[in-house]
This record gives sequence, C-alpha cells and structure tokens, in this order.
Amino acid sequence: MSDDPFPLLSLRGVFLSRKGQEILKGIDLDIFPGEIHSLLGMNGTGKSTLAYAIMGLPEYRIDRGEMLWEGKDIHDSPVSDRARLGITLAWQEPARFEGLTVREYLSLGARGRTLSLTPAQCLESTGLHPDSYLNRPLDHTLSGGERKRIELASVLMMRPKLAILDEPDSGIDALSLDYIKAVLRKLIRLGSTILLISHHDEVASIADRASVLCGGKILKTGIPEEVARFFRNHCEECPHVNRPDREDFAHG
Amino acid sequence: MVDYRAEFQALAEAYRLSGGNVQNLENPHTGILLVSGGRLLGKNEIPGLVIQGEEITDGVRARILVQKEVRLQNPVHLCFGVISETGVQRIVADFVMEQGSSARFLAHCSFPNAVQVRHLMEGTVHVGRNATFTYEETHYHGERGGVEVIPKMKIIVAEDGIYMSQFKLIQGSAGVVDIDYEAEVNDRGLAEMEAKIYGKSSDQIRIKESLSLNGRDSRGLAKTRVVVKDRAKAEVLGEIIGKGPSSRGHVDCMEIIQGNEAQASAVPRLLVLNDTAKLTHEAAIGSVDKKQMQTLMARGLSEQEAVDVIVKGLLK
Repeated sequence: MSDDPFPLLSLRGVFLSRKGQEILKGIDLDIFPGEIHSLLGMNGTGKSTLAYAIMGLPEYRIDRGEMLWEGKDIHDSPVSDRARLGITLAWQEPARFEGLTVREYLSLGARGRTLSLTPAQCLESTGLHPDSYLNRPLDHTLSGGERKRIELASVLMMRPKLAILDEPDSGIDALSLDYIKAVLRKLIRLGSTILLISHHDEVASIADRASVLCGGKILKTGIPEEVARFFRNHCEECPHVNRPDREDFAHG
Repeated sequence: MVDYRAEFQALAEAYRLSGGNVQNLENPHTGILLVSGGRLLGKNEIPGLVIQGEEITDGVRARILVQKEVRLQNPVHLCFGVISETGVQRIVADFVMEQGSSARFLAHCSFPNAVQVRHLMEGTVHVGRNATFTYEETHYHGERGGVEVIPKMKIIVAEDGIYMSQFKLIQGSAGVVDIDYEAEVNDRGLAEMEAKIYGKSSDQIRIKESLSLNGRDSRGLAKTRVVVKDRAKAEVLGEIIGKGPSSRGHVDCMEIIQGNEAQASAVPRLLVLNDTAKLTHEAAIGSVDKKQMQTLMARGLSEQEAVDVIVKGLLK
C-alpha cells in the first residue's frame, strides 16, 4: 500500500435506489492506491450493488452523492470509459460466451497494453493449466469454479488500476484459495488496487484495510482484524440481513 | 463454346474468397465435385468414393457414394457457385454412405456477384448402419443480396449411424434463405443439424429443422444461431418427434436481434409418442445479452466492439 494520501476512489454520500427501494444510503468510502480493501457484509446488504455502481453499470447509476476517481467526478462516465481509466470488475457469476475461447477472452483485456502478461501466464497464476484451457470455449462446459478463475486471469491480463472483485472465492474449493490469494498479491505487485468482496476470512485477511457495509451504509472502516471482530459481534446476528430497507435498528 | 478453364478459375477465386484453400481443388487424393451454374466442371474420385454426375436443364444431378467400410481420411470438397449476376443452379444430390463408412463433406457455395441468382438444393442422404456422414456447407455471398438459397434435404440414418450437418451463411448478404431439412433416425442413430446465419438489409431467413427419432435410443439435436439486423427477418422452426423407446432430442435456438426493424421468431415443436422418450428445448430471442456486453465493456471494449465480439462468437 502506498503512502499516497490522496484516494484513488472516493465516495461521498452515495445514494442509489433500485426498483423503488433505496439500497445505498449515503456511502462514504475511500480506496487508496495500492491497497487491498476488503468489503464485508451479510447477503443483501448492497455489496454487489456498490461494486456495480463503481463500475458504472447503467442500471446502477447513483441517485446522488460524489464518486471521484483520482479527484475527478466519474458520475456520468459509462462502463467502457471507466474501464479505460483503469477500473474493472470481476463478476460474482461471470458471463459465458458461445464461440469465444479462453485465449480470445483473456486477450481482450490486454488490448492496447504493451507490458501485459501472456494469457498462459495469467491462467497459470490462477492454477489452471494453459494447455488444457486456452483453447476451450468460454461456455457452459466450464464449471463455475473454472469460470471464476478465468475471470481473475482476465483481470490480471488487464492490469487495472482498480480491480473490483465480487466474491472471487465463492464456489472455489478450499485448496484453490491459495491461488486466489496469489493472484491478489500479484495484482498488487503489478500496481493494482483491489476492492475485495469476500465471505472467506482467510482471503479477506490479506487485506490492508476493511469496511463493513450494512443497511446501505459503511458502518466501520479500519484494520481488517478490528473490522472482522466488529462484523462478527454486530452483523452476523443483525436483523438488517436482507432487510436494508429498515431503519429502526441501532448499531453498536 | 464454354471456356471451362476460365470458369474453373472464377469459381476457384470465389472459393478462395470464401475462405477455402484452392490447392484442395487440385489435390488428386481428395474427392471433388465442381459445379458452376448449370455446368459440371469437374470431379475427382478416390478409392472408395464414387461420384456420378450429369447436367440437367438448370443444374446438375449427382450421386455420391462412399463404399462399405471405407473411411475417407481427407474431406470431400463440393464446390458450387454462380459467378454471373443472374442464373439458376439446381443441385440434385443423393448421398449414400454404405455400412461402416465415414466421410466429411465440405460444401462451398459462392455467389459473389449475384443480383438475381437461385440456388436450389434437393438432396437425400442415406447414412448406412454404423456409418458417419458429416456435411458442412459454407456460403459466400456478395453484398447485393440477390441470392435465393433453397436447400431441402431428406435424411435417413440407419442403426448406429451418425449424421451431422452445419449450414453457415455469415459472409455477405444472405438474401432469401429457405432451409428445410428432415431426418429420420433409427435405432441408436444420431442426427445433429446446425444452422448459423447472419441476416442484414432486407434478408429473409426461414429455417426448418425436423427430426423424427424413430429408433430405440436414437438421438437428435436441432440447433440454430441467427443474428438479424436492419430490416432482416428470421423464422425458425425446430421440430423433434420422439417415437422410439428411450429416444432423446433437443431443440436449441438462439436469435439475436439488432435494431427495431429486424424481426425474429422461433417455434420449437416437440411431439412425444413414446412414454420413455424425452425431448427438451431452449429458445432465446432478444438483443445481445446485457451481462456479456457489460463484461466486455468492463475490459475496455466500446459498446459496438462488444456487440461484434458476441455476434462473431455466436456465429463462429
């Protein structure tokens, strides 16, 4: 993590509604260059929504608040523009593509970059053997775990400034978690910053800082151990679970 | 007097433009049938492959037979084309795969200058016991959209036989396409049909793939991938009849529509006549998948680049 006092991404008072329901209710969050920032929260608390809003998906445009990228407002920037700025997202359930090979998909992320790793190197980093996977179609013949690892390899190919990883470890066997952690470290070595959404303590433990999201708000930000303790003590039994619309619960 | 050499060269050039390797057409170890307009330009038989051809009023009648237990190593090249702007080409083709034989046919259909050309294919395929027939038909059309492509095939797959076909029309303007394939599949036989077409401008596409699974443990797949844009229209009928005990069939249709003037429809029809048969279908029609688009855009592709990648993949 760098000593740069200026955040790469800064969210101030971000509100977002979907289908008439307010999901993000005033998010304040800073992501600093070179850090792994872990985002904790129970299911339904808005973690993926926040990830999509940062990526700029059209259905997840923020209603109000500020979203500053290196100090500049990116509120109106479409997905492609944000990607060109260096933001990318690894989906929790990545899309599959008929007729596209793993090699072709990985290569898309490296377009216009001169210092990219090769598709084989990126695949290998995720524990998938290039000879077995590069020419395979990126379709339903891949298991969920394989597809997720390829998604990580794709992010690695892109070498983004900010990688938003939405539960890269869900559906992955325990033995493969080491590969996930290795990819995270590699991204950091290559100069990326990571916003990591994860339920695995083991994966989240490599974060530099962590935040807890509950009821559409950031409740606490700090060092991962403290935040994890807060999460265990206050959130795991919290009645806010899947009820981000209710305001009548006090947090400790 | 017809200059056969010049006509061959024109057809070979069209074949090359459609992605073919012209050397294939001069290889003495490869089975070949060359038809330009209504003229039979040439043929090459190899051991185990018998090609009989004759010119008829507006085309060519051919009987192509692979002898018993012969398994051809190299694909057989069928090169059909109309080089002029107008004309009719009728191909009446009977394929016979004798017991235990195996062959792969690559049909290249080129109509690079068509303004008003009709290409009619009336075919039968008899896949013998334990034989394997693979047929891949790739079209190369010019951009003027003046082609009518009307292939009709009747296929019979004997016990343990395998029939697999792919029809591909993604280069140039499709024009009017009316595909009608029907297959009857006997015990433990397999028939898989696939059509991939890109419709643009005012193209009109109709695809009917029909499979009757008559035999015990027979299998069938009717698969279509169609993309339409501008004012193009596509209509897909995928039909499977499950008659045989434990027969299994699947209709898989995906159509992407771009713009508000194009039209696409899909009608899967499943008829089960045996209580141990099982037929399934999936059909998806709509714009390009949003999540696929966003995934590619999150890698830095523009919206149009993302659409191109998805469409190319679907039709590959």
